[in-house]
Amino acid sequence: MTVEPMPVEPRSDWPLFEVFLRSKRGLNHVHVGSLHAADATMALHHARDLYTRRNEGVSIWVVKAADITASSPDEKDPFFAPSGDKVYRHPTFYEIPDSVPHI
Amino acid sequence: MLAKVQDEAGHGMYLYSAAETLGADRADLTHRLITGTQKYSSIFNYPTLTFADVGVIGWLVDGAAICNQVPLCRSSYGPYARAMIRICKEESFHQRQGFELLMTMMRGTAAQREMVQDATNRWWWPSLMMFGPPDAESPNTEQSMRWRIKRHTNDDLRQRFVDMTVPQAEALGVTLPDPALRWNADRDHYDFGEIDWAEFKRVIAGNGPCNAQRIEARRAAHDGGAWVREAAAAHAAKAAARAEAAA
Repeated sequence: MTVEPMPVEPRSDWPLFEVFLRSKRGLNHVHVGSLHAADATMALHHARDLYTRRNEGVSIWVVKAADITASSPDEKDPFFAPSGDKVYRHPTFYEIPDSVPHI
Repeated sequence: MLAKVQDEAGHGMYLYSAAETLGADRADLTHRLITGTQKYSSIFNYPTLTFADVGVIGWLVDGAAICNQVPLCRSSYGPYARAMIRICKEESFHQRQGFELLMTMMRGTAAQREMVQDATNRWWWPSLMMFGPPDAESPNTEQSMRWRIKRHTNDDLRQRFVDMTVPQAEALGVTLPDPALRWNADRDHYDFGEIDWAEFKRVIAGNGPCNAQRIEARRAAHDGGAWVREAAAAHAAKAAARAEAAA
């Protein structure tokens, strides 16, 4: 497949924003997707048009994708290893007789 | 109708967003589209001639899209599956809007009923082609099924669509333009005629009735909007500089 080269003049690409939506009061904001916008205000407007056309949200957060620091999927096992062998952090680790109520 | 257009633009955005999670560059994807090197659904290359097409596209084309996309909500690739869940919810409104529009026209004059039949005749076969080439000639199906990106084969989904649509056509009072279409009790499915695969190949190769016109419209819109994108970027840069100076 041949592709025409991209234009050489500086591109005015809008940065990528990640969008988080609170569907109703009392729930967390949840990641719903991403979009491009020139700045944060425009990103909010685009997020409203793109992700809340049917009353899906009462609050929106947008954050530049470039500003997010994420753990690496490749290091998933070593990164989370410190909690892997600590079963005693779970309530089911402790044996309580059935006769003891409300615990 | 504008609500539907806004949804459809949104569906494009959801899918671009999913593609970007794989590292695709948005400007590059747009560039490929308007220079004719990006594939897109064959259905967009057919002309819309009358008002009845609005209804038939909702009923058949959006109906075929739903049939294709509902299983993709369980696709193994999360960003794609999540986009599909949103898309399916919204497509359902489009299909019902189209069907209701057609029911209204079928209760109208003989000329209106004729318009619905004419649009059905033109859109039936292109809708069946939306499911892609037959399984034996589908180069990507095997890998996509193995990776569970795709959950059913093209031919399975096409059969499912035919089985769903025949009773809808009966309820509407239109004839689907296929003399070979009949119930097969042995298979528990409708049999249907051979699709014109030469036409399908022509359309995806860029030589359908409206390919050039559709791409040209995309290119004109992209070029015409360039000053808006540049102005917004300049405004954002200026506002950021001002905020920095004030800090």
